[in-house]
Amino acid sequence: MAERAEPTELTRMTATGIAGLVAAGEVSAVEVARAHLDRIAATDQRVHAFLQVDTEGATAAAAAVDAARAAGAPLSPLAGVPVAVKDVFATRGLPTTCGSKILEGWRPPYDATTVARLRAAGLVVLGKTNMDEFAMGSSTEYSAYGPTRNPWDLARIPGGSGGGSSASLAAFQAPLAIGSDTGGSIRQPGAVTGTVGVKPTYGGTSRYGLVAFSSSLDTPGPCARTVADAAALHAVIAGHDPGDSTSIPQPVPDVVAAAARGATGDLAGVRLGLVRELAGEGAEPGVMAAFREAVDALTKLGAEVVEVSCPHFGYALPAYYLIAPSECSSNLARFDGVRYGLRTGDDGTRALEEVMSLTREAGFGPEVKRRIMLGTYALSSGYYDAYYGQAQKVRTLIARDFTAAFAQADALISPTTPFVAFRFGERTADPYQMYLADLYTIPANLAGTPAISVPCGLSGGMPVGLQVMAPAMADDRMYRVAAALESVLPAPAPPQL
Amino acid sequence: MVVRATVEPDLEDVVRRYEPMIGLEVHVELGTRTKMFCGCPTGFGAEPNTQVCPVCLGLPGSLPVANRAAIEATIRIGLALNCQVASWCRFARKNYFYPDMPKNYQISQYDEPLCTGGWLDVDVAGETGDTVRVGIERVHLEEDTGKTLHLGGATGRIHGATESLVDYNRAGIPLVEVVTRPVAGTGARAPATARAYVAALRDLVRSLGVSDVRMEQGSLRCDVNTSLAPVGAGEWGTRTETKNVNSLRSVERAVRSELIRQAAVLDRGERVVLETRHFHEEAGDSTPGRSKETATDYRYFPEPDLVPLAPDPAWVAQLRAGLPEPPREHRRRLQAAWGLSDVDMQAVLNAGAVGLVEATVAAGTTPEAARKWWLGELSRRANEAGVDLAEVGAGPADVAALQQMVDQGTLSDKLARTVLDGVLAGEGSPAEVVAARDLAVVSDSGTLIAAVEQAIAAHPEVAAKVRDGKVAAAGVLVGAVMKATGGQADARAVRELVLSRLGAA
Ligand SMILES: [Zn+2]
Repeated sequence: MAERAEPTELTRMTATGIAGLVAAGEVSAVEVARAHLDRIAATDQRVHAFLQVDTEGATAAAAAVDAARAAGAPLSPLAGVPVAVKDVFATRGLPTTCGSKILEGWRPPYDATTVARLRAAGLVVLGKTNMDEFAMGSSTEYSAYGPTRNPWDLARIPGGSGGGSSASLAAFQAPLAIGSDTGGSIRQPGAVTGTVGVKPTYGGTSRYGLVAFSSSLDTPGPCARTVADAAALHAVIAGHDPGDSTSIPQPVPDVVAAAARGATGDLAGVRLGLVRELAGEGAEPGVMAAFREAVDALTKLGAEVVEVSCPHFGYALPAYYLIAPSECSSNLARFDGVRYGLRTGDDGTRALEEVMSLTREAGFGPEVKRRIMLGTYALSSGYYDAYYGQAQKVRTLIARDFTAAFAQADALISPTTPFVAFRFGERTADPYQMYLADLYTIPANLAGTPAISVPCGLSGGMPVGLQVMAPAMADDRMYRVAAALESVLPAPAPPQL
Repeated sequence: MVVRATVEPDLEDVVRRYEPMIGLEVHVELGTRTKMFCGCPTGFGAEPNTQVCPVCLGLPGSLPVANRAAIEATIRIGLALNCQVASWCRFARKNYFYPDMPKNYQISQYDEPLCTGGWLDVDVAGETGDTVRVGIERVHLEEDTGKTLHLGGATGRIHGATESLVDYNRAGIPLVEVVTRPVAGTGARAPATARAYVAALRDLVRSLGVSDVRMEQGSLRCDVNTSLAPVGAGEWGTRTETKNVNSLRSVERAVRSELIRQAAVLDRGERVVLETRHFHEEAGDSTPGRSKETATDYRYFPEPDLVPLAPDPAWVAQLRAGLPEPPREHRRRLQAAWGLSDVDMQAVLNAGAVGLVEATVAAGTTPEAARKWWLGELSRRANEAGVDLAEVGAGPADVAALQQMVDQGTLSDKLARTVLDGVLAGEGSPAEVVAARDLAVVSDSGTLIAAVEQAIAAHPEVAAKVRDGKVAAAGVLVGAVMKATGGQADARAVRELVLSRLGAA
């Protein structure tokens, strides 16, 4: 283990705080980038949040912000703020692996829309963060490049699939990060690392350049240490993209204003629905205790809490494990060794099909293979109606449950995940035990509605998250509630690394 | 190679014992400016892999966005084929591994095609002139694949190749698939019906201006389904699907050869294997390809990357109202207007001259004269030059101008052909050629009258015969005048002058 490294003052700051200093000329963007790069260098051997650190690119981007400021050009609200990007987003010229051997060495010729928007807004991309292979997993244990460790306890998982992004925040390696949420891959890591994770409305953020796992569920979103920072990042990346057919051509709700309003601690007139099906069953007692305390706190802020029932949420997990693998079996077909990435067995003696097959055998890990097989089976002629077709019907029912619930409440609340960060190896033997981590987060993905995870205390010394869910294109509502909770229950600081 | 023990039956013989059934799947590459799901250009013949981007290369993370112009073209084709246009439908993924498919799935349509249930009336060439109504099952939109080039083998096919190269320029070009219902009851005319259908569909698509439909460039491709059932069997036989049918002639030959092959198989007491077959242009027959006995499972499912298509009914109505007159009706109207027999009209059609004659008539020429130019002199010239009639080098305006000069007596027929030489040689319009080459006929009546008097004086015995009513003899006098004027007189005008001078007119 490397020596202890004290985080500098800059790495402890919020994103908006850093942006203010840069804009005021009190600190240069290059200094900010350097502080974070140093912190990464000092801590990442232990945490392993990053798969790729782009020292050169980050320094150049920061210098460009400083030059723009010196030239008197107007700066975007987050200009000069470092950001870590989950390795599932295409970054021009920077290796993009999706945590998989099959993409080792691939340098995309283009930037994902999310990344392009970060760059255009003057954010400084520090590098690419670790993840479960192709975003399939809840612990980063399925990364082909080794797991990320939870800064709260290095013997525990940081959540997944976007464990690298959330861990980089908890380790003060970056003030902001980008994730992608297909079944909880932003929110569950946020919950178990004591950080904020947001899954925006499906179609509210562009999927262009996000390497697809499950196209109808994948949603890029912001990760931060505070709700206000998440909102500021949300505002940068959200908004219609003509390059994504499923992107919604509507204005983005004003999440920054909503977070500011929530931070005043006033929730008078807000009705919160406590989802009966997402509270209690399967959850650790400590998680439920922290959650109940948070509910009390919300009530004290003036919110009215009512119990609502979403009777079909019980079918969400099985429906998800038909839809996501089905889409992934098709999405991942392109990784065949023909055009990019790994190629195995092409020694001049083997036929094309054999080379494709050997490449996929060598390039994909066990969880990815499991889901490809599941999905291939579920889409097969004769099984389609019983599996994929049926799962799509469940999806409709879950969306109806949400609609009915939102008729009774402005936003819905639940614990984010049933249990705190578990120890490595605890859930890899039985896939179902791993899948349970997403029990409470999956319904929002199936319905396409937004949800946020915000820290709500500790259980056994490990962070617990509270989830706020809102109707589609009403992302602002959940920011207000989350910010209000944060104002009375500030996220506990992780132990120093 | 299987040695055939029996003598191949001929088609007439085949249809006495078996009922042929045909079905056609035609793929039309649309001539949109950009590809189906990205902004890449679609021009034919560019350097390999120069018209590509992350989307049509299927790079990780890239996403498709549907091309509205392609959807519009598909709807117009569907409407022209009398189809219903879906009010809501989706693209679907067709999953299979092949290196010319960048994503290893093709974005296509499955159980929700854009257009369904239409028909196309087809005039089957032949003495009976019968019309066959071919049912259209569906018209759907999909993306084309790339092209694989197999090197090192003898056949250019994957078998025996040592190396394969892929060109993705074609990947993602919008492709419309038009599928017929099974066509029965055509008997020995099944091959001709298949050919006539493809020709009619080609003409229809061309009239819509949505594709250049050139079979030799692959912008119209045809798969032919063929089956035979014993007469009166009451159920369809096993079909085969013949691919690589790249010309109208090949469509006809592919159906014919396959019907004969299947009959031979059935005659031997064997069964026809459900398979795709590969047609060979040179030999005029096909060899077996992929067996379809174990059906490939394409695991179709709705394309989650694309929002559903929901064509606005007002838009569809507007597209319907904007359809051009169908080529068949158009031809019938022209045939009536031009007063042509079926045989004469067929000659115009076969020459590919309908549009040219029509435009020439529109420029003021009589149908008779226009047809004569295009089917006569110009067809001959096009033939000599080995080009399409439309590319012969003279257009309808030139022909109309030439004919006008002939009508006005400015040019003789012979001179008109000389002027045409000039036009084809790129010397300019007929008027410019006449001026440059000083080719106008002698029309000064004084000069002509003097020449006529001279000819009458030189041939008194001929003049006497004409005066006696033997008008045919006047040719000698006309010839003498033409000779005297160096051929630059209008023969008809000379003849009239001779006859009137001799009191025979
Ligand atoms: Zn392209």
